[in-house]
Amino acid sequence: MTRIVASLIAVMFLLAAPLAHAVQPDEIMKDPAQEGRARNLSKELRCMVCQNQSIDDSDAPLARDLRLLVRERIATGESDKQVLDFLVARYGEFVLLKPRLNLHTLLLWLLTPLVLIGGGVALLFNHRQRRKAAAFDGAAPSLSAEEEARLQALISGDASSEKTS
Amino acid sequence: MIAEAGHYALVLALALALIQSTVPIIGARLRDPALMNVARSTALVQLLFAGLSFLALTTLYVTSDFSVANVFENSHSMKPLLYKITGVWGNHEGSMLLWVSILALFGGLVAAFGNNLPLSLRAHVLAVQGWIAAAFYLFILMTSNPFLRLAQPPLEGRDLNPVLQDIGLAVHPPMLYLGYVGFSIAFSFAVAALIEGRIDAAWARWVRPWTLVAWIFLTLGIAMGSYWAYYELGWGGWWFWDPVENASLMPWLSGTALLHSAVVMEKRNALKVWTILLAILTFSLSLLGTFLVRSGVLTSVHAFATDPTRGVFILLILCLFIGGSLTLYMWRASSLKQGGLFAPISREGALVLNNLFLTTACATVFIGTLYPLALEMLTGEKISVGAPFFNLTFGPLFVPLLLAMPFGPLLAWKRGDLKGVTQRLMAAGIAALLAVALVWAWTTGGAALAPLAIGLGVFVIAGSIVDIAERTMLFRLPFGVAFRRARGLPRAAWGTAFAHAGIGVALIGIVCESTWNTEYIGTMQPNDVAKLAGYELTLKDVTQRQGPNFRESLARFKVTRGGDEIGEMTPSKRNFAARQSSTTEAALLSRGASQLYISLGEETAGGGVAVRMYHKPLVLMIWWGPVLMAFGGLLSLSDRRLRVGAPKPAKASRALQPAE
Repeated sequence: MTRIVASLIAVMFLLAAPLAHAVQPDEIMKDPAQEGRARNLSKELRCMVCQNQSIDDSDAPLARDLRLLVRERIATGESDKQVLDFLVARYGEFVLLKPRLNLHTLLLWLLTPLVLIGGGVALLFNHRQRRKAAAFDGAAPSLSAEEEARLQALISGDASSEKTS
Repeated sequence: MIAEAGHYALVLALALALIQSTVPIIGARLRDPALMNVARSTALVQLLFAGLSFLALTTLYVTSDFSVANVFENSHSMKPLLYKITGVWGNHEGSMLLWVSILALFGGLVAAFGNNLPLSLRAHVLAVQGWIAAAFYLFILMTSNPFLRLAQPPLEGRDLNPVLQDIGLAVHPPMLYLGYVGFSIAFSFAVAALIEGRIDAAWARWVRPWTLVAWIFLTLGIAMGSYWAYYELGWGGWWFWDPVENASLMPWLSGTALLHSAVVMEKRNALKVWTILLAILTFSLSLLGTFLVRSGVLTSVHAFATDPTRGVFILLILCLFIGGSLTLYMWRASSLKQGGLFAPISREGALVLNNLFLTTACATVFIGTLYPLALEMLTGEKISVGAPFFNLTFGPLFVPLLLAMPFGPLLAWKRGDLKGVTQRLMAAGIAALLAVALVWAWTTGGAALAPLAIGLGVFVIAGSIVDIAERTMLFRLPFGVAFRRARGLPRAAWGTAFAHAGIGVALIGIVCESTWNTEYIGTMQPNDVAKLAGYELTLKDVTQRQGPNFRESLARFKVTRGGDEIGEMTPSKRNFAARQSSTTEAALLSRGASQLYISLGEETAGGGVAVRMYHKPLVLMIWWGPVLMAFGGLLSLSDRRLRVGAPKPAKASRALQPAE
């Protein structure tokens, strides 16, 4: 089912666009270093008409436009951050597949460390409490003086004293 | 006639589910064995009717009865028989029918093979299964009836979505559902235990095989789906962090945690309350997955709002079952007694650590999947959460988890000796360091972390080997004796070793594929040669061919390496007339665990064709890993103590006094 729906969505865009592959031969930049940067940036940018596809993966015409736009900006000498800023200014945060940390995404980013730390602390707390409870349980039925003496006798191996008592 | 019969069978199944969900509970209250035994017969007959209903729909598909709307929408008379059958679940209504059929199958299995269960526990478990079944039968009958007729039957169907016309559809959804729905048994056992207010180590032993079965299928189902996407979608990706994928990953993560915590409960009678919670959460996540995929909420929040019937119905089911079970949990869990004590450094401690990390990983996937939906619904603001987010948050959690993994099986119960275990794992550590050094020296480029990650994978695999070597005293006793010890080892120990090694194998595959994947994108004319990772790929020709319900253009590539011919690859592009759509059929050539991958693009005016080629080093290990894990699960399942089940006397004494 997982893939069916994903496939269905992929197919929707295959239908919308003539069958095409993500990065087209004619899009590739001459400078391999710049092309590499463009590919890395493409993986972080969402094709906004697709479901959860990066523009690097997507076949949709919009993704192609965005890929060309990214390459255009890189060619003019902008840094990766400048390119992303430009795209966010134009299309909003929605275009980023890795949302930026701000008030709206605080919970999204902090949940993982919070669960991990919270879980760890809870485990520690629980362990201490149970050890204390166990120590208390262990202490409650403590031996009487007479029992203690018998125990000592047993340990020392003096069986006769045990028999006579 | 067949459609009506199928519809009617479904209604009967609903009626039976309603009986199954009430009478046994009343029986348990009244301590009436006859009433409690109703659960068994209704579960079996319910399976019969659900099966008949499913068979009816399959028959309609095979005979291409286009007077039924569902068949008309999703089938075609020229389609190969296999895809006519798999088309049954290649759509919403049919896949829901498969869902309930599998639910009925699991209920039937518990009824048939649950003879060693105390009567009241079995009655309660089957009653809870009955509630779930009734809810989903109602859902199908009220919102997604697959047996609706068309007033004017058309001559030809609309055909199944071409992407789905693949062997993957025959295997992936049934496996995934066997996993998803299989966890309902653990859920029912948990709710039954809460209702009865009694839970012990025997409970864990009864639940474990069912959880294991579900886990094995889910593992294989996810892996299968991933491989299907890899070769079918044509861009060589195998995991996209798509919400639909995440929906299946979440139950897998919590199900894996459940398997491990159930071990603690079975062996040491500890972690009871937590195990129950995990059992509830795992199936809740399965239900959530069903909601996410089936309601359309993922495609668009707005689409969901405009046609909410199905979505709201599943949401209601979701709230009812998750809310209900969690309320019951909060009410009853405190009455469950906590079991055995253990030191932090112990087998139990290691399994608790495993649970902490798996649960956190699950929470990460959960928030990443649902946060954008929630944010848009609450504030209208749209954000995207995709692969880069998960790689950053989910990935690092697995480093400590995998580092600790080899230690777990070697630690003793109650109080372990960390120093001793570390010494015993020295060999694995050395193997890992050697691997890091080798990879470092051998490769150029790529992330600096890659060799370390491979080292981690080797550590995990070597750790599993050390575990078995320690148990059999290999190298310390004569080989013959060690061999006999190996044969006498509990199957579960072998299962653990295989499953853990599987994780390591998959990790190595993932790291190699994503770090040293090379690609070639270009337009090729016949006789052009593309060079990729030491291979030469020559385009021989592009020809046209007629398939049963499609036309395809087929490209033939000759693959050579240093002048030696290795093979031929024939990627193709298919056009399906009925839907006016096309698919790419990638060509794969395996070389050991590595693969060459070619998929075709547009044909250009000058007789050329756009191609995408990849060399994916060790990519097959990504799927061998899960297969090993599933094999480990299977070994565990065949363990004597799970086959034999709980001791007989317990059953006899409990059967006389069913309820407390």
